[in-house]
Amino acid sequence: MGSLLAAAGAGSDFPLLNALIFVPVVGALVVALLPASRPDLARPLGTLFAAVGGALALALAWQFDAADPGFQFESTVSWIPALGISWNVGVDGISLWMVVLTSLVVPIVLAGVDPHHNPKPYTAWMLLLQAGSVGAFVALDLFLFFVMFEVVLVPMYLLIAGWGYEGRRYAATKFFIYTMAGSALLLVAIIATAVLGSPDSGITFDLQTLAEGQFLGQNTARLCFVAFAIAFLVKVPVVPLHTWLPDAHTEAPTAGSVVLAAVLLKLGTYGLLRFGLYLFPEASDWAAPVLVTVGVVGVIWGAITAAMQRDLKRLVAYSSVAHMGFIVLGIFAFTAQAIGGGVIQMVNHGISTGALFLLVGMLYERRQTRQIDELAGIQSAAPVYAGVFTLIMLSSVGVPGLNGFVGEFLILIGSFETRRWWTVVAATGVILAALYLLWAYQRVFHGPPAAADRQTADLRRGELATLAPFVIAAVALGVYPKPLLNAVEPAADKLLEHLEIHSDFEVPDPGDPVVVDHGNGAGEHDEDGH
Amino acid sequence: MVELVWLIPALPLAGFAVLLLAGPRLGEPRAGWLATAASAGSFLFTLITFGGLLGLDSADTGGAGGHGGRWFVSTLFEWMPIGGLEVDAALLVDPLSMTMALFVTGVGTLIHLYSVGYMHGDPKYSKFFLYLNLFLFSMLMLVLGENLVVTFLGWEGVGTCSYLLISFWHERPTAATAGKKAFVTNRIGDFGFMVATFLLWTTLGTVSYAGLAAGAPALATGTATAVSLLLLLAAAGKSAQLPLYVWLPDAMEGPTPVSAMVHAATMVTAGVYLLVRLNPVLTDTALLIIAIVGAATALFAALAAVAQHDIKKVLAYSTVSQLGYMFLAIGSGAYVAAIFHVVTHAFFKGLLFLGSGSVIHGLGDEQDMRRMGALRAAMPITAVTFIVGWLAIAGVPPLSGFWSKDEILLAAWEQPDIGPLLWAVGLITALLTAYYMSRQTFLVFFGGQRWEDDVHPHESPATMTLPLVLLAGAAAIGGIINLPLVGDWLVLEHFLEPVLAHPHDFTSTTSTKLGLAFVAVIAGLGGIAFAIRAWLQSRISTDRLEPALLENAFHVDSSISKFVGGPGTKAFEAAATADRRVVDGAVNGVARLVRMIGEAIRPLQSGYLRHYASGVAVGAIILVVWLALRGVS
Repeated sequence: MGSLLAAAGAGSDFPLLNALIFVPVVGALVVALLPASRPDLARPLGTLFAAVGGALALALAWQFDAADPGFQFESTVSWIPALGISWNVGVDGISLWMVVLTSLVVPIVLAGVDPHHNPKPYTAWMLLLQAGSVGAFVALDLFLFFVMFEVVLVPMYLLIAGWGYEGRRYAATKFFIYTMAGSALLLVAIIATAVLGSPDSGITFDLQTLAEGQFLGQNTARLCFVAFAIAFLVKVPVVPLHTWLPDAHTEAPTAGSVVLAAVLLKLGTYGLLRFGLYLFPEASDWAAPVLVTVGVVGVIWGAITAAMQRDLKRLVAYSSVAHMGFIVLGIFAFTAQAIGGGVIQMVNHGISTGALFLLVGMLYERRQTRQIDELAGIQSAAPVYAGVFTLIMLSSVGVPGLNGFVGEFLILIGSFETRRWWTVVAATGVILAALYLLWAYQRVFHGPPAAADRQTADLRRGELATLAPFVIAAVALGVYPKPLLNAVEPAADKLLEHLEIHSDFEVPDPGDPVVVDHGNGAGEHDEDGH
Repeated sequence: MVELVWLIPALPLAGFAVLLLAGPRLGEPRAGWLATAASAGSFLFTLITFGGLLGLDSADTGGAGGHGGRWFVSTLFEWMPIGGLEVDAALLVDPLSMTMALFVTGVGTLIHLYSVGYMHGDPKYSKFFLYLNLFLFSMLMLVLGENLVVTFLGWEGVGTCSYLLISFWHERPTAATAGKKAFVTNRIGDFGFMVATFLLWTTLGTVSYAGLAAGAPALATGTATAVSLLLLLAAAGKSAQLPLYVWLPDAMEGPTPVSAMVHAATMVTAGVYLLVRLNPVLTDTALLIIAIVGAATALFAALAAVAQHDIKKVLAYSTVSQLGYMFLAIGSGAYVAAIFHVVTHAFFKGLLFLGSGSVIHGLGDEQDMRRMGALRAAMPITAVTFIVGWLAIAGVPPLSGFWSKDEILLAAWEQPDIGPLLWAVGLITALLTAYYMSRQTFLVFFGGQRWEDDVHPHESPATMTLPLVLLAGAAAIGGIINLPLVGDWLVLEHFLEPVLAHPHDFTSTTSTKLGLAFVAVIAGLGGIAFAIRAWLQSRISTDRLEPALLENAFHVDSSISKFVGGPGTKAFEAAATADRRVVDGAVNGVARLVRMIGEAIRPLQSGYLRHYASGVAVGAIILVVWLALRGVS
């Protein structure tokens, strides 16, 4: 523990990353120690701590050097030297946006969503969730990552079980056991990788040493990769390992669903990039055909099953499966556009799906139901609510000018180079996405409202304030995603270079960019094409 | 002057933003006037930019991509730069984009103005204009985009606005369904657009039109054909060609100004624009397919239009049919004729839709032509302007429709593979067009009164009749932009030439041209004459002139709906059930299995030593037996 505290003080400058982890931890402790007579202080105080984390994350993004492809703000403190385990954290252009997303989403939902009971433990668990997620995203040590990965599980389990809806116990247990099974594999794989794959100088859990050294034999590496991948694919989740998600999402309290979608699922795709592609480049190339297939299956299956859901929240959950499938395709398509698009899509999915869960939660607060056929004509009664829902829906559908399009488009155009037919199939997902969301929208918002629907109140000011950051982000990232892309691109390029060095894979060139030749006028054309 | 191009889309976008924040506060009619002013300003800056473009020397070969000097790109910012991919938020000023922008903003402004009167009293008045401005912005991004992705932004934007506007009266289930259907059907086309973009980028490494035009000759024929057919899919969705036309007749659920602007004059021509814009890529094989799709659609929809009773449904099928003409022109290589018809069609079809809106308005929301008739007395301006539109679309010289349709028929005639067949289909369509439009005109404005006595038809206010008059003028004389009489009068032809990889040369002799034009005019007049006898003079029984097969448009739409609602939904439902029972069932099955094993094993840990001992003994015996058997075999 002493060394952990020392870690917070390490580094020449202000230890930003450790602060990002420990501010929420301190917040959780403070909230937990609040006198029982003042539970009303828990959320404001917790929000404050979470928001300090958010501010620090923005400072991190501000100070981040987009041109540097490597890890920045690194700080290392030896933790268990005998095993080569250290508290080693750092960010690159990929993890940066995950950290920012996490640190902003938690304070917003803490401030904006009322847990209705037991605010003290609720707030504390939310803060721990923030700390654990940020920790997992910045961990550069396999053991540290595993610890953080597991830390996240517990508060999520307790949030679902404690503040969820009717079927919460079943859903929470399923969530816990399912991801625990993945974690067991992850632990074995981490130990195997460190024990078998460390350099001669001694055992280490240091990610960069292991990844850059590539000491494992081909078959061992592939086995370890498979174990890692399964753990992450459960988390993503991909079809057919996804059925814990609709239950967990539907039964979780609104804030839990938002954080689950925005942050926790990203641990899966982030893990695939960082501890799959980076740690096992050769095995990634070897397994890529299976993984892109799994991604595309998720896109289609998630969309089809989403269309037939009767519970609006379940529908959003299944749409998550489809969106996350796109990301898996992007990661294992191995081009700068596809990987960059994948990272952008991770952020976008957090924004769009996070906001959709907020919106569904707000509807439930009013109507005590999420059943699509028990709702109708909401747009007449709550036009502002319907307007925000429409915008977020369009962002989720991938309409250009909004955030969802940027990620989807980059993933698809990048994947098309290396995985043409997979991409063509995945692109049909854009038709299906329009189908299931617009159909649901029509049934809930259009048509003649019944008496109960007419009573549905429109958004309150506080709710609008909670949704505003999501709406602004959806538009801003749709119109001007360049700052994100600029930071992601070097990291993605570096990852691909690493892949090229350690596998047979070669990143293709997108055509030879055509030089616009003035002399090549309307007169000269090849006749056979026309 | 061309530098001001960004203001063209910026003004409607600003109008949208103001209406979003302050629309309900502005209320009626200020919200409407604000949107109209934004649109008019956009038209003004289109004129200014157009002037600037004309100021550029067309003979100058210094322009990008061999397009001559009339080519100006205004780059606003880098949109999605990553790796080798460069997607700029950039606008393109060239003859094609300006031709499109001119009529889009021109006709668009008139329809905005018309809506000020038409939407009077609607509780969502300001929201209507909010959508209208957003639509105009999207449409302008579509035609001004410098690359495929910016065009796609506009493409999806107009689709979204179309969805919002069709389902504008969202409490009507039919309107809500029609809106969704339009968006989803369009998305099938968008899939083609996206894959075409991917394919072009992968092979040519660029998405900009300059780069694509320059690189197109290097494309392998197979790739170019694939791209062409994907673009055709995209265009067929947006421009309502067979078999993706099904959303357009339903789209008439939207307010009539929307039908005029979105579903007749502007948005539905986007597919035509896309194919013309990417004309260097289109291969012979693809062109033939485009021509066949166009001709088939033209005839199919004209037949359906013959038997419709809803005043707007006639015009909707007519639009599908006229769009088919445009595709036929493209397929015949006559890109200028296609664009020419896009422009004249915007005039006369916009006019006809607005006229029908005026009728609907005057009759208190009546749309069934069987309850109209004799309206020319009560609505003189609407009647006269509608008649101009009718004669223009019927191809009566010298109105605009005659010139553009004539050029298309000539191009079809000269199509090298199946020219005469295409021409014949086009000619039959022309005859049918003249017939069904005459029928409509007579049913609405002539004959006896068929509306109830408590209905009091009245002429529409000036905000509605002024656009009618102006559009009637344009529909009448619009042909002057491309008259085939003297070479120098082919203004549009010469103006658009730099955009085309293969400018079309009409090879027919003058006598052939005149002969074809003569036959076309006779066909048109024949259609009108037949309609006069049947619907005006009642000398022909009309009983069998409206067969149910045509009224139901050959049951294409209802068959698709039945399939989607039946087997389609069943398949989806089966997948969802499988997800619950099989996939999740397996998960719970594993859980149950683990528990069962656990419970089965639990008695073993009884704590009694004798149980463990006997277990060891039994195990030892089994082991010995097994080893022995293995030794034997």
